[in-house]
Amino acid sequence: MTIVNAVVQGIFLGAFYAVLACGLSIMFGVMRIINLAHGDIAVLGAYIVFVIVEATGTSPFIAFVAALPVMIALGYLLQLAVLERSLKSGILTPLLATFGLSIVIQNVLLIRFSPDVRSLGGDAGAITTSSWQVTGGLSVSALGIVILVVAVLVFGALQLFLSRTRAGWTMRATAEDADAAELAGIDSRGVYARATALAVAIAALGGLFLAIRSVFDPLSGPTQLIFAFEAVVIGGMGSLWGTLLGGLALGVAQTLGAQINPEYSALTGHLLFLAVLIIRYGGGRLSLRLAR
Amino acid sequence: MTLLRVEQLDCRYGLLQAVRGVSFEVAQGETLALIGANGAGKSTLLRAIAGAHKPHGGRVVFADADVTAMPAHRRVSLGIALVPEGRRLFPSLSVEENLRVAARRGRWDVQSVLEVFPMLQARRHVAAANLSGGEQQAVAIGRALMSNPRLLLLDEVSLGLAPIVVDSVYRSLAGVIKEGTTVILVEQDLARALKVAARVICVLEGRIVLEGEAASLDRDRVVSAYFGLKRPA
Repeated sequence: MTIVNAVVQGIFLGAFYAVLACGLSIMFGVMRIINLAHGDIAVLGAYIVFVIVEATGTSPFIAFVAALPVMIALGYLLQLAVLERSLKSGILTPLLATFGLSIVIQNVLLIRFSPDVRSLGGDAGAITTSSWQVTGGLSVSALGIVILVVAVLVFGALQLFLSRTRAGWTMRATAEDADAAELAGIDSRGVYARATALAVAIAALGGLFLAIRSVFDPLSGPTQLIFAFEAVVIGGMGSLWGTLLGGLALGVAQTLGAQINPEYSALTGHLLFLAVLIIRYGGGRLSLRLAR
Repeated sequence: MTLLRVEQLDCRYGLLQAVRGVSFEVAQGETLALIGANGAGKSTLLRAIAGAHKPHGGRVVFADADVTAMPAHRRVSLGIALVPEGRRLFPSLSVEENLRVAARRGRWDVQSVLEVFPMLQARRHVAAANLSGGEQQAVAIGRALMSNPRLLLLDEVSLGLAPIVVDSVYRSLAGVIKEGTTVILVEQDLARALKVAARVICVLEGRIVLEGEAASLDRDRVVSAYFGLKRPA
């Protein structure tokens, strides 16, 4: 029963990782950018929600809705002011630019909010504390279910958007061949800006869940980035459903590892990530060696 | 009425100059063929007109508007559409999705494009990656038509296709040309270019070396201009 419980808790944790990873996956899929500031953008989103909750005393969920327009505007700004310029000079420049942005966000948050650890768990109300005891060894938390449902809805909605709407086809067309898309009358700059805005908005959703289910501080971003990045790679770079499955697999690996020893939690996640890397990207070389 | 005017156009790739001071005009409803050897600068010229290549100097004037600095997608809304070399479809999108991403209001829609290219009818929901070369070329031309262009630029539509498929692509194109669309086409097959186009421009090493009515040009003159055997004065 403890194993079943570990898997169930792992799925809840993994759904959280999938939401964090979603924006990273979109930006890589559409623009081939690995956004090293993604975790910090999620934490920035958490702080914006935190400020609204502090000022108005409203629920973090309502505050998140209020924060969404700000995040979407920040996404547009990020693309048009930073990423667009850096994309022009090769694939390494966006990596450096977002790395720099990550440091900037962390330090702005440090100056404004001090290194204090915060949480929105208390402000979210009963949802953070209620749970159902299914059997003796298995309990299901309300927050876990909320995050899982939201994750499936976000990924499902994105999938529908990309496969059923003209704006979605336009985004896929630009991702596959931006030059040909321009010649088909598609404004690739606009598509890139919308993709980044979408990614930043979903990152903020990840930040909201982080703030409610645990704690955050100005330097929490890089850890979130690592888990998000692992989820994207485990699921296969550039695949949306893969990212959801990758997040779930990472979550389950971590909770199973914690069953052996709580200290192994992050380690087993990293081991899964490494195993996937070796199987998927090192396989060719490995089999060549075996053949000799 | 002049639809397109190219003035002293210079195009460069780094130090390599692909187009050197090219000027010509295309009238409304005309069909013009650009011919010349590989590397003569024909594709670059088309890409510069479509906005996919930023020229180093000169002007492109379309319907009395200077479009030289305009990005490609805005030229599409003015009425310039390029069928790029190598087709460049969106591989994961279906035939219909490939067509519909480029759609603009006008005479051409998915229905009328499928009528001109009946071979696509049954392949409507197939991903572009799984089409044959001829089908891909038909989608590429159809995608350009979907934007309802006044000027259609065709870059080597016969490249890599079996002769019988090329025939059927050109049969469909003849229908498009009859509709009154202005066309500039780049074509390696000299006989075909002379048959389809009313006027021919021969490009050699980035310069126009011969220009004239297709009917008035004899094959020997074209061939010598094509290969630069005798430079016309």
